[in-house]
Amino acid sequence: MSEVKTAENMISIKIDGQEYKAKEGEYILNAARANDIFIPAICYLTRCSPTLACRICLVEADGKQVYSCNAKVKEGMEITTSTSNILEERKAIMEVYDVNHPLQCGVCDQSGACELQNYTLELGIDSQSYTIADTKRETTNWSSILHYDAGLCIVCERCTTVCKDMIGDAAIKTTKRGGATLDKGLKVTMPKDAYAMWNKLQKSVIAPSNGTGETDCSDCGECIAVCPVGALVSRDFQYSSNAWDLKRIPATCAHCSSGCQIYYETKPTSIENRDEKIFRVTNEWNYVSLCGAGRFGYDFENRDAVKDESTFKNAIEAFKKAKVINFNSTITNEEALMLQTLKEKLGVKLINREAKAFQRFLNAYTQASGNSLYTTDFKEIMQSDFVMSVGSSLRNDNPNARYAFNNVQKMNKGAGLYFHPVGDTLIPTFGKTIEMFTHKVGQEELALLLIIKLFADADKLPSSVKDQLDANLVELLGGDSAKFEKSFEKMMKKKTSFSLMIGEDLYFHERAENIAKLIAVLEASSSVNVAMIPPKTNSLGVALICDLDSEASGYTIGYNESGDFRLSALGDGDLDMPAMNQQEGTLTNMHKRVTPTNAALEYHGYELNDIMREVVSAPKHTIDWTAHLPTAKGFKAVEFDTLPNGYTNDGQENRGYLLETTSKEVKEITVEKFSEGSELEGEIAYRCNPQRQFNDFSDKSHQIFEGFGLYASPAKAETLGKRVEVAFENGSLTLDVIVDDRMEGDIVAVPDFKSAENVYELFGESRYKTVTIREV
Amino acid sequence: MGLEQFKNRNVGTQNYKVLDLEMPPITAMEKFKQVVSRTFKPELFAGLGVTLREMINALFRGKMHTTQYPFEKLPISPRYRAIHEMLRLLESGHYRCIGCGLCEKICISNCISMDTRYDENQRKEVTEYTINFGRCIFCGYCAEVCPELAIVHGGRYETASEQRASFSLFEDMLTPIDKLNLQQEYQGFGAISSNADENIKKTPLAY
Repeated sequence: MSEVKTAENMISIKIDGQEYKAKEGEYILNAARANDIFIPAICYLTRCSPTLACRICLVEADGKQVYSCNAKVKEGMEITTSTSNILEERKAIMEVYDVNHPLQCGVCDQSGACELQNYTLELGIDSQSYTIADTKRETTNWSSILHYDAGLCIVCERCTTVCKDMIGDAAIKTTKRGGATLDKGLKVTMPKDAYAMWNKLQKSVIAPSNGTGETDCSDCGECIAVCPVGALVSRDFQYSSNAWDLKRIPATCAHCSSGCQIYYETKPTSIENRDEKIFRVTNEWNYVSLCGAGRFGYDFENRDAVKDESTFKNAIEAFKKAKVINFNSTITNEEALMLQTLKEKLGVKLINREAKAFQRFLNAYTQASGNSLYTTDFKEIMQSDFVMSVGSSLRNDNPNARYAFNNVQKMNKGAGLYFHPVGDTLIPTFGKTIEMFTHKVGQEELALLLIIKLFADADKLPSSVKDQLDANLVELLGGDSAKFEKSFEKMMKKKTSFSLMIGEDLYFHERAENIAKLIAVLEASSSVNVAMIPPKTNSLGVALICDLDSEASGYTIGYNESGDFRLSALGDGDLDMPAMNQQEGTLTNMHKRVTPTNAALEYHGYELNDIMREVVSAPKHTIDWTAHLPTAKGFKAVEFDTLPNGYTNDGQENRGYLLETTSKEVKEITVEKFSEGSELEGEIAYRCNPQRQFNDFSDKSHQIFEGFGLYASPAKAETLGKRVEVAFENGSLTLDVIVDDRMEGDIVAVPDFKSAENVYELFGESRYKTVTIREV
Repeated sequence: MGLEQFKNRNVGTQNYKVLDLEMPPITAMEKFKQVVSRTFKPELFAGLGVTLREMINALFRGKMHTTQYPFEKLPISPRYRAIHEMLRLLESGHYRCIGCGLCEKICISNCISMDTRYDENQRKEVTEYTINFGRCIFCGYCAEVCPELAIVHGGRYETASEQRASFSLFEDMLTPIDKLNLQQEYQGFGAISSNADENIKKTPLAY
């Protein structure tokens, strides 16, 4: 819908005699899929490298047999998707996959959605001509989430591929099976590719790559999603439901600003309890990858809410006398618009800490650059071959940004630059040409200046920036300039497109405005594309819709936050609100896309719209507000029911709509000199959530185990002890020390996912604070 | 995936149709006319004649057709489809049901439901199973689709009960473990045909 295919890079090919258009340089398989032509394929994953494990995607291109997942289209290419020889190969391959595959479809979780079943039927395999002695393969649990049944595994390697190429954990790999060797005579009698596939299959099985029985990973569950058979399932879901019993509700994940497409899959809880329950979350894994919070953090609904008129009356009273509304970014665009309406009609102040910081930053950026919004989305970042990150703890802040960073290294032979005060042992493993700068807190400006120095056209730079580039920025950032020069030369080889992602550290920075100017300078003077990671779920939407205040006092209504009268979707407030899986509406994600989400579960209480109806005025449904989102900010006046939510076969995102952006000419930007000596020293705490935790809702989910504690690198944790008191200027927290073995350095991380702990108050306008930590 | 189903928020609207019926008699005269016309039709005597003939046949000519139910019961075919039974494996006594859910899926009146879980022996355990006999139309699809011959139709056609629930849970349908030796193999729809062995292709085995 959004990306218009440009005519120049389209070529014409012939598939089975019919003429089609295809993107130049695309694999035959993808070109066929984009034109709605079916070629069987098991092991190939869009957006990942071809593994050539299954060999079933054989086609004939210009008279030669090729693997369509691995061969690129050429102008005028003539492709035949099936010849008698290819069909023979495919049949033999499917027969081989069926050899010794346990006949337990009756209980298997994948039954009905199984690719082995589908292709066996599709190719009409009704007899077996091959045989080999089976090997005992044990079922194991790889983690608190993952369950692996090696007996069911067909070693298509999709799990290992997605873990390496997309997620970046590379936590699983193929290992020796120790199966019986094939009869050499088969090499002559059997179709060639089927033999080669079988030969490899007999030798391998999947196992955690660290050599232990347990995976050391972020428990994202993407391997479960891509598994074509029932070999990989989540321990919670196993044997609890058949795939066909579940109703799929298309939605948008509401845990972080990625706003990923998901399906909530529901059915009645049990025979006794006929209320719908979410059994699992699935996704279109060819086009979007989820994190552990999205996939497993789904049961945060506000289940027992009822319409109690007396509390509703209290709520109306509270709204009538309210001076302040305190809320966070886990809120739909429609609700944000309601709150903004309240501000306009009743004059209440709106407080949203994370969105306010982002809004301030966006405004400064707009003023400096003339662009109404950042110019790049994360899809474009995935297409680039040199990616940089400043001001974001990539592993924790936004899984999709991290996947993009990793995917660029793996798929585009890319290079990466990562600037962050907190050391990370995972990021360097993404690729061979990644440079990390573990700089001091407060040196974010220097990082941007270094990027400007490296990529900008010096003639286009304003003098206020040019003057600052003479300093030895690499050394200031804690690097070795001679060494860096050498590796940078290597990194730049054959690179054509550059991108930068920036994160929350910069919005919560005392010199945020100056940083925004630097971003504008970088964009104006170089070909680097910049994308911003909004701090929380719908921070971008809130920042665009609401006119936020920075300070306010008086009678406060807290919406999922603290206040004198609390509206809560968690069920612990004065008036219940629907949780994100119980309401429909739209969210604005970091790809600048307004995406719809649908209600998966019933909700029997009051909504914000009901309060609006009493206090000011409101239409019948919450989603009637969708068409009234501010068009001046890029929203479109379209009805909720017209918004699509899916992907097309060629991978285009057909979800909601893209925000419209404008840009205008601006004067030369004057940038202030970077501040020297403002770096934080001493014991530093960083406001950062563990992986898979984003807010109270992910915390409420029963499959998210990461606790509210002080996260520290293994070396640092040893010096801290078991339980510590972290004292800030204006308060303190007593936390358990939790080791994050992928952290490095002395900075400790304090999560903010529990709103009741008021962590934002302790950190104030920054993400870093000097603290004193003592063991208790 | 279509979004249409999520767009209909008019949960309460139904499509009722009004039938085109003749008006009933209203005035006393109209009512009287209806009674007279219904009473003095000659068909009445034809019916009385048949009854008289059958009475004479039964009482004096020994041609009585009545079965003295419930003291007498007619034999029923093995293919008769009455209240379901859940069978057990004869060797181990374990229930045959593997919880595959095919009966639940195929049921056209949507009256079968089951709960399953991953048990301690790494097997799929059927924790509860129920058929809503208020809705069941005894079509026999569930028995036919069952890959394990676990759910079958029994001969219990007396379906009057104080509560539907009293014979629709797993335990109620399962062969009592002490009566396992009395369990009959099912002969109805879905049962293995007598020439099944001839029709099966064997999977080659290397060992």
